[in-house]
Amino acid sequence: MARFVVEVMLKPEILDSQGQAVARALPRLGFEGVTGVRQGKRFEIELEGPADEAATERVRKMAETLLANPVIETFELRAE
Amino acid sequence: MTARVGVITFPGSLDDRDAARAVRLADAEPVPLWHAATDLSEVDAVILPGGFSYGDYLRAGAIARFAPLMERLADAARGGMPVLGICNGFQVLCESHLLPGALTRNASLHFVCRAQRLRIENAKTDWTRAYEEGQEVVIPVKNIDGCFIADPETLEELESSGRVVARYVDVNPNGSLNDIAGICNEAGNVVGLMPHPEHAVESLTGPSSEGLGFFVSVVQRMVSA
Repeated sequence: MARFVVEVMLKPEILDSQGQAVARALPRLGFEGVTGVRQGKRFEIELEGPADEAATERVRKMAETLLANPVIETFELRAE
Repeated sequence: MTARVGVITFPGSLDDRDAARAVRLADAEPVPLWHAATDLSEVDAVILPGGFSYGDYLRAGAIARFAPLMERLADAARGGMPVLGICNGFQVLCESHLLPGALTRNASLHFVCRAQRLRIENAKTDWTRAYEEGQEVVIPVKNIDGCFIADPETLEELESSGRVVARYVDVNPNGSLNDIAGICNEAGNVVGLMPHPEHAVESLTGPSSEGLGFFVSVVQRMVSA
């Protein structure tokens, strides 16, 4: 069985209001020195068969068509 | 002949009945369409209503985009059929790439629900021809993912080609770029609007009846076609 991890992040130029809210909350909890937080999503995908190039391509297609919105997000994928 | 305006119901749609009622008040016949249907029942126009289709899982509108009926709708929209996406429907149209840009979390992170003043910037689309250009209307806005964003080139193209259909006046409730409340495609038949004109069609239940013009517009278009 193949296992892939896809991480989706908002593009750097897109306002990440949720990440900003987390960044503002941290000092209130005593965590000083935080200069930035960006929030993303992590997907763990399990596939039948080996984690070969074909499987990687399939997961890349999934990420492009559904997991990420290429208008506002980028993604990285890796086999685990 | 009465215009037939379809209203698609997805699992989690909320405003489909209000949209159907607005269609009826505009003297057209509302036709309920189920997301899993495979044909558009020969309607003349389609409304994608507000709500939280598929619970807004993943991203607002992301899953609804793959509903069986959406493929037919995309073909019809590219063929010139008038399509109006309201709120969640706007999000679905962006996710379907029938409209450019995307709708993200409100800058305030809060759900916003208020009677909102808008300026109609483009009164030539299939859904706004009953208005005057520059006319101001007050209709409800209620969303948490209503912040319209697009890359600078897309934004410039929307502005220079008059494809910003409506803009927020006085207050920008969600942080949308250039105060954008609604946009259209190049042909002007596909319109996405974050505020809810279907909630402003009768003085008893809305802040005004100034939303009715969106529905009257599409009926006028049918008559003149």
